[in-house]
Amino acid sequence: MLNYIGYRVLQLIPLLIAISIIVFFIIQLPPGDFLDTYIQQLEMSGTDVDEGTILNLQKQYGLDQPFIMQYLIWMKNMLLEGDLGRSFQWNQPVSEVIGDRLMLTMVISVISLIFVWIVAIPIGIYSATHQYSILDYVFTFIGFIGLAVPGFLIALVVLYVVFVNTGVSITGLFSPEYVDAPWSMAKVLDMLPRLVLPVVVIGMSGTAGLIRVMRGMLLDELSKQYVITARAKGVEEGRLLYKYPVRMAINPLISTIGWTLPALISGEAIVSIVLNTPTTGPILLRALMFQDMYLAGSFLLIVSVLTVLGTLLSDILLAWLDPRIRFGGVAD
Amino acid sequence: MSVNIKKQSAGAGAANADVILEVKDLKVHFHLDEGKLKSVDGVNLTIRKGKTLGIVGESGCGKSVTSQALLRIVPHPGTVEGQILLKRGNTGNSETVDLVKLDDKGKEIRSIRGGEIAMIFQEPMKAFSPIHTVGDQIMEAILLHRTKDDSEARRIALETLQSVGMSNPVQRMNEFPHQLSGGMRQRAMIAMALASHPNILIADEPTTALDVTVQAQVLQLINELKEKTGTSVIFITHDLGVIAEMSDDVAVMYLGKVVEYTDVDTLFYGARHPYTKALFHSIPSVASRNKRLESIEGTVPFPMNLPEGCGFYSRCPRAEDGLCNVTEIPLFKVSENHYVRCLFAEEQNPGGVGNEH
Amino acid sequence: MNTVVEKWKSYRIRSKTTKKPEKTEAFEVASQWQLMWWKFKKHKMAMFSAIVLILLYLSAIFCEFLSPKVPLERFSEYKNTPPQGIHFYSKETGFSLRPFVYDMKMTVDQKTFRRTFQEDKSKPYYIYFFVKGSEYKMWGLFNSDIHLFGTKDPNAPMFLAGTDDLGRDLLSRMLYGGRISLAFGILGIVLTLVLGLLLGGLSGYLGGFTDTVIQRTIDLLICIPTIPLWMALAAAMPRNWSALEIYFGMIIIFSIIGWTGLARVVRGKILSLREEDFTMAARLAGASDMRIVTKHLLPSFASYIIVSITLSIPATILGETALSFLGIGLMPPVVSWGVLLQDAQNLETLAYHPWLLWPASLIILTVLMFNFLGDGLRDAADPYK
Repeated sequence: MLNYIGYRVLQLIPLLIAISIIVFFIIQLPPGDFLDTYIQQLEMSGTDVDEGTILNLQKQYGLDQPFIMQYLIWMKNMLLEGDLGRSFQWNQPVSEVIGDRLMLTMVISVISLIFVWIVAIPIGIYSATHQYSILDYVFTFIGFIGLAVPGFLIALVVLYVVFVNTGVSITGLFSPEYVDAPWSMAKVLDMLPRLVLPVVVIGMSGTAGLIRVMRGMLLDELSKQYVITARAKGVEEGRLLYKYPVRMAINPLISTIGWTLPALISGEAIVSIVLNTPTTGPILLRALMFQDMYLAGSFLLIVSVLTVLGTLLSDILLAWLDPRIRFGGVAD
Repeated sequence: MSVNIKKQSAGAGAANADVILEVKDLKVHFHLDEGKLKSVDGVNLTIRKGKTLGIVGESGCGKSVTSQALLRIVPHPGTVEGQILLKRGNTGNSETVDLVKLDDKGKEIRSIRGGEIAMIFQEPMKAFSPIHTVGDQIMEAILLHRTKDDSEARRIALETLQSVGMSNPVQRMNEFPHQLSGGMRQRAMIAMALASHPNILIADEPTTALDVTVQAQVLQLINELKEKTGTSVIFITHDLGVIAEMSDDVAVMYLGKVVEYTDVDTLFYGARHPYTKALFHSIPSVASRNKRLESIEGTVPFPMNLPEGCGFYSRCPRAEDGLCNVTEIPLFKVSENHYVRCLFAEEQNPGGVGNEH
Repeated sequence: MNTVVEKWKSYRIRSKTTKKPEKTEAFEVASQWQLMWWKFKKHKMAMFSAIVLILLYLSAIFCEFLSPKVPLERFSEYKNTPPQGIHFYSKETGFSLRPFVYDMKMTVDQKTFRRTFQEDKSKPYYIYFFVKGSEYKMWGLFNSDIHLFGTKDPNAPMFLAGTDDLGRDLLSRMLYGGRISLAFGILGIVLTLVLGLLLGGLSGYLGGFTDTVIQRTIDLLICIPTIPLWMALAAAMPRNWSALEIYFGMIIIFSIIGWTGLARVVRGKILSLREEDFTMAARLAGASDMRIVTKHLLPSFASYIIVSITLSIPATILGETALSFLGIGLMPPVVSWGVLLQDAQNLETLAYHPWLLWPASLIILTVLMFNFLGDGLRDAADPYK
């Protein structure tokens, strides 16, 4: 098991390097470097541009050097000093701009993931064990809708319906009095009910997808011989269902966390813009609109790294649960 | 048309005290969108204590579904009708229950499954759950039927594994099915079935998926265990050679019906149903090596919306229009312990391995 | 007894001579595609979806002709007009077979300064087929001013889906937007298909180093959350690009990210087919690589590719919509469903002008239909199951 984990972690290193190169490439994509934009920005706001500051920044980010050197300097700054670059739009280091928001993004994404699993697995089990029942059809239909309607449209419609009926705009994550307050228990409690909407909306398509996968997997498993064997042994139906086919059907689902998580984070990016939550989505959008590429790039990088780590965790979890992977055995 | 059922209810004419399971007019029908699929259509069988009943037939003849019906594990949307009378308890003559009347998810049938009637399956790789250890799966059966104590169950499991000739049973207990060889897996399967001391062991083509050398070992093992424990065996196969080796009585099935029912010697030396005879002809024989291997003409009809009359009509060399295809053919008694579902049973030359004609 | 025998005789003759052979023969000659078509036809929902999608694409092709107005035409008197009802009955003229709409009269609330519209029952405008209206250039090729339906007076107000804040007819804009959005799905998939087939095919057929490189690239692309990546790439497009350049730039972005799924399907299929006996037989018979690929491999998984495509078109359409909605994709004056939804971004605007959400229903309809179609195709793709 330790070997397996070590092997998987080693595999990640080239992957992470490749991701960072892609992200840096994207940062460099817009014509001109960020300093040009920065100077332009300062001039427009009427501030005098100090030659010394510019030279300093140029040196700090190696802007006078070729791409590969700039990349290495960027990596060095990031790894050794935790410096993700500078957001000219906020005129602050990127890490300060992103900090809290990134944490909230992760909190919402992970809660959404849990929500997706808690809702989808039981429904999937029900649908599979009651195939072609009325509720099965209902869930299948809801599943189709959930897959077809993008989260941001659902968010928009929910906002509209609530606003028209109650006059309350349920955007944001905090009541006005807590928006700028430091973190406290009261602030967390204030946030919890407001988390429901983003979590449900973000989790919608994931839930729909997972229900379908779970239903399909379980239907496959239910007709397998080992289920009949267990039944022939006299195992009680409910116990049989959970000990054998459900366990078997869930295993492959665990490996889907790898792609569910990035999908949730993706969805969060847009939904949070519509719901105007203080997460990374709205900031990313603004950064992109102003081509504040260090900010946008850092966001992309962090989110990708977190996804990779999530995938790693799900792979380890799967190996722990499935002896066939653990012992490198044959799949049937 | 069901007049003849009574004639045959004594099965292969066994003394009643010996009989531990009696199947009467068993019907398993699947109600599908396309119509009613009569998988098993009026089967009568008798299982005697300590004896082996062989059920032989081509794939799709209903032999596996029959065995599933005995455990009431016929898959949805199949329905079971008729009577399955089981004498419960190890003494063999206490109360009798009709399994058809039991709730197929209920407590009583569950205590019978695995406890009184155990089953071993064709492909041990698929029949074991790949994510639970062999030990876990064997102990599950023991915990359900013999003891509630974990360490006791473990001891019984080890003992049983030893008795089926498993090498290094202590280590095997903690291994997963994919770590075992095919033969070892089938031994583990047999151990799992026998661990709870069933009265009846159903073996559903237990050797089909195995190498020939391993096949022989497994067959021998089943015969040995039968001798030792006095378990009755229902042996399902499409292989007449295996039948000869294993069975005391034989039921030949075709299209959901028993077409010939007798003891193994009578069958092999005096088969009377054209289908049984055709089966014997299609066995490759060393003695007649320069003859072309015969096969039965045509294919088994799909058991749905079948025409009235004999199911073998379309493939039978003896078939007579206006006779065989008019009404249901009853099971005729041609001699003591020999029943044939054919109008021409009496006039047929007895066939089988002994009679080349 | 005799009659029964006769009956059975005739039954057997019937079933022997006519019914049975016909059925088996039919199955013997049916090609794989025929079997798929038979199976697909049974899937009612998928058939229905296919018809709806054909109608949607037809409306996109003929949007100039179908739209009662042209999308950039402003009616300054009728900003934010709600959808008009179509009437057949009025008190003055009684029932008329020809439908008509009433003029919309604006009133301003003195306190809130909110503008509301009321039907002006004194001014009905009748709707005719094939009317002369605003001039347009059909497919950018020739000028015309015939619209499928509309009012006799081209300047008469007829806004069946309402207008936006510049007084432009939403129905016409939705039809024109459909052309951009629906075409985006198709064009987007073409490049994706080329990339996916090529890279997946190379990966599966060549194996070895090529395979490793392509597989690692796929792993890499899958790790980066799609929407932020789309957003970053879309935002990185130069600001001075024309609308057309941005359109194709976005298509390229989607293809660069989206080819991975298809490539995996293709590679997996090739890997399994390569081991099949018929491939080996062809190789032994001396067939060239090219011949094996085009004659044996491609037809074997063409159906899977079609399924995969059908399911990724809606994803592309949704992607375009999302980016345009956020304001980093297509930009006005280009009209796409996503661009139209930009107007619905503000909650208060939406609250007073809910008809601005209409384009969303078209998006949902399209995506839903594609999903149903893909589902039906997937079932049909394996007709031997």
